[in-house]
Amino acid sequence: MKRVAGYRAPYPGTQPNHLHSPYVSSIKRAPTKPQVRIPYTLSEVTGPSFGPEVVAPKASDLTSGHSGEPLGERIIVSGRVLDENSRPLANTLVEIWQANAAGRYRHAVDQHQAPLDPNFTGSGQAVTDGEGRYRFVTIRPGEYPWRNHYNAWRPAHIHFSLFGPAFATRLVTQMYFPGDPLIPFDPIFNCTADEKARNRLISAFDWETTLPEHALGYKFDIILRGREATPMEE
Amino acid sequence: MSLQATTSQTVGPYFKIGLDWLHRDNLAGEGVSGERVTIQGRVFDGDGVPVPDAILEIWQANAHGKYAHPEDTQDKPLEPRFTGYGRVPVAADGVFRFATIKPGPVPGPEGSEQAPHLLVSVFMRGVLRRLVTRIYFPDEPRNATDFVLNLVEPERRSTLIAKKTAGSPGTLEWNVVLQGPDETVFFDLGL
Ligand SMILES: [Fe+3]
Repeated sequence: MKRVAGYRAPYPGTQPNHLHSPYVSSIKRAPTKPQVRIPYTLSEVTGPSFGPEVVAPKASDLTSGHSGEPLGERIIVSGRVLDENSRPLANTLVEIWQANAAGRYRHAVDQHQAPLDPNFTGSGQAVTDGEGRYRFVTIRPGEYPWRNHYNAWRPAHIHFSLFGPAFATRLVTQMYFPGDPLIPFDPIFNCTADEKARNRLISAFDWETTLPEHALGYKFDIILRGREATPMEE
Repeated sequence: MSLQATTSQTVGPYFKIGLDWLHRDNLAGEGVSGERVTIQGRVFDGDGVPVPDAILEIWQANAHGKYAHPEDTQDKPLEPRFTGYGRVPVAADGVFRFATIKPGPVPGPEGSEQAPHLLVSVFMRGVLRRLVTRIYFPDEPRNATDFVLNLVEPERRSTLIAKKTAGSPGTLEWNVVLQGPDETVFFDLGL
């Protein structure tokens, strides 16, 4: 009987605990009982797959699809999706969502007194190519206030959602911008104990993908969990 | 060269913008074989208040117990119209509902056969990394020997088993309780 090869456990401190009390919403929503450790089975090492056919041709250009150009600074966000063994993950779905340039989401719950932009919805999708690359054209999102604590402001960020090859590799995260003065004060950014792991959420300005007289480039590589070595036949 | 997995972050309150386009609350369209079930329930926070802004994702095998994935090499039929993926948001009152089929049994550890189950990921504001749990089925004799269920303290197993709904055959109830005495069992996949 062949055992199923699982996925690597994270290095200590590189993933958040469920409870991070400076982030107030976690207090009533973080499970309190210990999680039950289970072995990997076929259920966890399989998972949904989405090929390029699920994504509309212009879905990776968040500045398109409206009658005019969105307000704000046009940017290109690109990078590679790899696993922890440095293997590129081809054909994996990347979904993003973000606020507009004024820091307002097109969402009923967002009551921030900043204007909506009729030419910006704020969601995009891409499927990685054979080398694990993705590329979005969008605008730089604005910072926005929230009610977590007195004078709380989220640093500018883009939400990312990825599937990878298995149920076990599913990841939702956020990308930040270099030099943002709000980052050190943000309890969501700070929920991960390991400083280096946190700082990997900050994209890098990328001269290579910057387009003359058009858009600044930011690079954000995303690492999904890698496979354990294949177990021996028993 | 070994890299470290990117750290997880919450979906926040506005995930609808990015995740709505891929909602799938009917996993079993026409032509899919198997016993039809509707699963409904609510998500409750630590005060017992329904959570209005959660989203669930489902992953399951088909009625033959085969996953639509290259790593499932079992000699069992695939069903072209069945992907096994669902994405279901809760409504303002915390209620979610989806239609699917009861999956067949799939292989488990040490040569065992797992009882029919769905895998569930739960995302919401305040949850910093996804919660992973399972839905098992009532009146299922294989539950007694299921490897994963048997790793759970007996008194907590019922949080993983959907309940029949009186007067509504084919409808099962299963809730997500984030805290408290009836807290749902969440699994550690080394996430
Ligand atoms: Fe946000």
